Amino acid sequence: MHQVPLSWYLILSAILFALGVAGFLYRRSIITVFMSIELMLNAVNLTFISFSYQLRQVDGHIYAFFVMVVAAAEAAVGLAIILTVFKNRSTLQIDEIDSMKL
Amino acid sequence: MNVIAVGSVAASFAYVLWVLSALYPMAAVHTESYFSWIQSGNLHIGFDLSVDRLSAVMLLVVTGVGLLIHIYSVGYMAHEDGYVRFFSYMNLFMFFMLLLVLASNFLLLFVGWEGVGLCSYLLIGFYFLENFANDAGKKAFIVNRIGDFGFLLGMLLLVVTFHTLDFGRLAAAISPLGIEVHAGVLTTIALLLFAGAIGKSAQFPLYVWLPDAMAGPTPVSAFIHAATMVTAGVYMVARASFLYSHTPIALHVVAIVGLFTAAFAATIGLAQNDIKKVYAYSTVSQLGYMFLGLGVGAYSAGIFHIMTHAFFKALLFLGAGAVIHALSGEQDLRHMGGLRKAMPITFITLLAASLSISGIPPFAGYFSKDAILLAAYHYAPWMYWIGTITAGLTAFYIFRAFFLAFAGNYRGHHHPHEAPASMTIPLIVLAVLSIGGGYLNVTKWLLPMYPAVEGENTALVALSILAGVLGIVIAAVMYWFKPSIAASMKEGPLYRLIYNKYYVDEIYSALIVKPIELFSRFVLWKGVDEILVDGAVDGGSRQIRGIGAILRRMQSGEIRNYAAWVMTGSLILLIILGLAGGSR
Repeated sequence: MHQVPLSWYLILSAILFALGVAGFLYRRSIITVFMSIELMLNAVNLTFISFSYQLRQVDGHIYAFFVMVVAAAEAAVGLAIILTVFKNRSTLQIDEIDSMKL
Repeated sequence: MNVIAVGSVAASFAYVLWVLSALYPMAAVHTESYFSWIQSGNLHIGFDLSVDRLSAVMLLVVTGVGLLIHIYSVGYMAHEDGYVRFFSYMNLFMFFMLLLVLASNFLLLFVGWEGVGLCSYLLIGFYFLENFANDAGKKAFIVNRIGDFGFLLGMLLLVVTFHTLDFGRLAAAISPLGIEVHAGVLTTIALLLFAGAIGKSAQFPLYVWLPDAMAGPTPVSAFIHAATMVTAGVYMVARASFLYSHTPIALHVVAIVGLFTAAFAATIGLAQNDIKKVYAYSTVSQLGYMFLGLGVGAYSAGIFHIMTHAFFKALLFLGAGAVIHALSGEQDLRHMGGLRKAMPITFITLLAASLSISGIPPFAGYFSKDAILLAAYHYAPWMYWIGTITAGLTAFYIFRAFFLAFAGNYRGHHHPHEAPASMTIPLIVLAVLSIGGGYLNVTKWLLPMYPAVEGENTALVALSILAGVLGIVIAAVMYWFKPSIAASMKEGPLYRLIYNKYYVDEIYSALIVKPIELFSRFVLWKGVDEILVDGAVDGGSRQIRGIGAILRRMQSGEIRNYAAWVMTGSLILLIILGLAGGSR
């Protein structure tokens, strides 16, 4: 069987990352922004795994583990922040949370 | 308190007597070096004090008359606020004056010179709650400073030319030099030093501070502005005689300035109504006589006149103080009169002083004034004539004040009484000195230092006595027997001119003070300070604030903007990293 070429994985990863960035910059709801962050992280995970398979080394898998752990922790903290913000501001639109300005 | 203040002066006087008796006959200068003050290159100035015959005369005058005035002040200042402050300043003044007299080099003399100027300022402005006292103190100090500028330049020129300021070494360096017929370095130095003397000793044109200095308490006027500080200029010229004897041009200037001041101040004194102002102008005039004596080469006559002037002028001022004290502060002669009955001791002592200053033999003033006038005749006869006329004017205005205060009937509203013993005893002592002081032959004492000037001319002496007697007689007629004559003379323009002191203060104010003030206000304040300096500082801060306003917009509080910046920054980093060849 011929394999899927590596470049396809990388292109997919890049597209996912770009989508994540775009979502981060252009979505209005905080929850959606967080989902875009998770998307970016997963895109990077894909890149790591595909290289690891290509080079027959286990390093990529290890890095993916790290990224997943960090993503989980960050999601936990981030959701706690969102809950507090919602309790204080009663809104999830990031445009309305702009009081820390000069 | 009195014990410390008066006791220290008494101890100084006793010590002076002891030192002089131990050093007698003082053939040579006795110098003591205490420490090296300035050592720079080939300039060495030490803290050196020296005593010689000239210092001896000055020391006795300063401490002796000073002691009498301190005793007088105990009574005079008894009810004043600031009693302690007064005596502190007076003692500080004594310190600086003695430093001035004992100094063995110009710089130490200048320290004393400035110090007495400081104490003069403090004491003139003693009643500092009155504005005119503060103004008078400032005027005295500033006008003095103008003269001191010349003095400083003279000293610097001495350092540059001779590399020393010590009197002994300067005398040794200058004596082999010839007499400067045309103006050269020595004449310039002499004239610059004399400029300092003009300021300190109130000669024309820097005399304007002395009449205003009468704002201070009367003992201050007696001590500082009659007996000691103002004689510092005369002392300095006499001390620097080794320089002046080589510069006939400078000596001529000294004589002319002295003679002009003597006559000028005498004319102003004719019309003053405040008793202290009359005596102040008299002081300026008599100082002019001293400089005349120095200028015609009769140094010892000038010093002799310092001594006799200290006696009778201090007595005149202290007597005026007794009168003012008795009349609870009244100083206007028009509100006095008939005080001979209420204050007999003051009357007799002031009579002695007035006769002395008018040059009537055998009183002290006659000897010293005649010595000066005779020397002036031998130098230039016209100076003798002007000096004699001035002597007549002096007798006139002194006795005008005397008759207005003591003759006739009392024209005021107070209850005059005789002064307490602490005030009358110094008056009596000074009166004895004014009468008999002429027999202290200072000229003979100073002979080793200053050769005598020939002059024994009975006709001239008789003429000067006649001038004095004439002045007294006219004053008696105008102010004792027929007061109406004086009233009729008050209308003329000449009277108004001398009553207003020839408008000299107004001229100075318009020509010098106002332009400087305007320059300060509009050019230096509005122009330089507000526009340049404030502009630079404020401008700098305004620039920074402007930059800050622009940079502030980065912190907008909107999360999306921050995200955009993060993305932009990381993109730039990636590009740079890529261009630089990657991370390996």
